Amino acid sequence: MPELLQFLLSGITVGAVYALVALGFTIIYNASDVVNFAQGEFVMLGGMITFFAHAAGLPLPLAALIAIIVTAGIGVALNKLAIEPARGAPVVSLIIITIGASIFIRGATQLVFDKQLHRFPAFSGDQPILIGGATILPQSLWVIAGALAVFVCLWLFFTRTLIGRAVLATANNRIAAQLVGINTNYVMTLSFAMSAAIGALAGVLVTPMTLTGYDVGLALALKGFAAAMLGGMGNPKGALVGGLLLGVLEAMTAGYISSQYKDAAAFVVILAVLFAMPQGLFGRKSTDRV
Amino acid sequence: MLTVEGLRSRYGRIEVLHGIDLDVASGEIVTVVGANGAGKTTLLKCLSGIQPVSAGSILFRGEALTTVSAHRRVQRGLAQSPEGRQIFTNLTVEENLRLGAYLFADEKVDRDMQDAFVMFPILKEKRNLAAGGLSGGQQQMLAIARALMARPSCLLLDEPSMGLAPILVAQIFDVVKSMKALGVTVLLVEQNAFGALSVADRGYVMETGRITMSGPAAELIADERIRAAYLGI
Ligand SMILES: Nc1ncnc2c1ncn2[C@@H]1O[C@H](COP(=O)(O)OP(=O)(O)OP(=O)(O)O)[C@@H](O)[C@H]1O
Ligand SMILES: [Mg+2]
Repeated sequence: MPELLQFLLSGITVGAVYALVALGFTIIYNASDVVNFAQGEFVMLGGMITFFAHAAGLPLPLAALIAIIVTAGIGVALNKLAIEPARGAPVVSLIIITIGASIFIRGATQLVFDKQLHRFPAFSGDQPILIGGATILPQSLWVIAGALAVFVCLWLFFTRTLIGRAVLATANNRIAAQLVGINTNYVMTLSFAMSAAIGALAGVLVTPMTLTGYDVGLALALKGFAAAMLGGMGNPKGALVGGLLLGVLEAMTAGYISSQYKDAAAFVVILAVLFAMPQGLFGRKSTDRV
Repeated sequence: MLTVEGLRSRYGRIEVLHGIDLDVASGEIVTVVGANGAGKTTLLKCLSGIQPVSAGSILFRGEALTTVSAHRRVQRGLAQSPEGRQIFTNLTVEENLRLGAYLFADEKVDRDMQDAFVMFPILKEKRNLAAGGLSGGQQQMLAIARALMARPSCLLLDEPSMGLAPILVAQIFDVVKSMKALGVTVLLVEQNAFGALSVADRGYVMETGRITMSGPAAELIADERIRAAYLGI
């Protein structure tokens, strides 16, 4: 029994990381139908900038704050320099632009910083906490709390705020959005800033556990993307549930079968779910998206 | 209130508006009638700023609009109910109306929404449903109501009667007429020339990107050529 609990706890921890990455996808996707494959780079930047700011002598919270703000700025730059000039291009082209941007960001990070792996101290120490015979790191609790907090904020943003609805309206019908007075360029800028900030926050939270380096973004983006697809792209609830499910699935496969099969098992389950529910568990139905 | 001079616009290399002159005085209901493809929708898109203008000027309440971006024109009091019911299909009826008043965050928003529900009771019934599930007529009502939520001084209506059952057409034209009492100036674009000219003060006839006739609505309705070309009489 403690074994099952242990797998569950590590699964939830990893799942919370995936959920954080997946949550970052939702805003840009909701505003523009674009799946931003540079989302993983935002996570990487959050970790890297925090590490270097901290190494330069800044206290950790301040370093993290700077990392989140700078990454949000990079998100805005990505929108202004690469996405906005290509407005009107098919969504597929925009997605390819984000892939190009992610390669560029990875290269630039290598030049500006370095190619080493880095970590900074866990926020509340490294002493494992005992729960019913299993253990969990304090940093895991930070990651889980972070995922839940971001989820709640996003959910409130989209359902309770006018600007959140304006984001949805812009994705649904850009022309109509302009006709009611929404500045759709501003909505896009805001979406990229928020998604990048969420990505950076994820990087800040997970780096003490997973380490960071210029090339960690791609794997995170792929896992976050898988989680978002599983839960339903664009839906914060889907991102959270999809992430946790994926993490637990991987941990169980690794624990009871073999860690060699964990990616394959997750992949099979995702395919099965998407086969039965092409929109994911909580996705929007395509019928009401004209 | 609204003065258009020498307005030209093109899609790619094809010019579809070849110099439109038109004016709408405060409090008037003015209609632009014309056949399929005449360029009526393009004219309204130019006025709202969602279609580029290649020459000419648009003056709204004394200010030039041509370089003002679309969302700012709404701020200045120019709202449009676009052709083909461009509503937010994923959002509920109430969210659509709330977004119509995107520029405002005061108590009047709620009152305006109640007024919209009085004007179109069916929208109140369906307020929590996704707008994409409404019938064509209901979507049309929602598009008009949403435009009114922006508190326009001038309302642009693009084919509000298109594709509606006759009883709904009459209701929509009644709503257009009621704009007078609300103090809202209306520029109404229609293929249904008879309906439009019946509620309008003045009218323009548009043919392949040009204004070919204009005058008081009563005179146009009586005109032989118009009766033959547009009224099927
Ligand atoms: N997006 C577009 N791209 C290219 N040409 C267009 C586009 N929209 C309209 N046109 C062309 O411009 C001309 C004017 O079209 P417009 O839609 O303004 O006419 P309309 O008077 O509103 O017609 P209807 O009564 O059918 O709504 C037509 O010849 C049409 O084919
Ligand atoms: Mg038209």
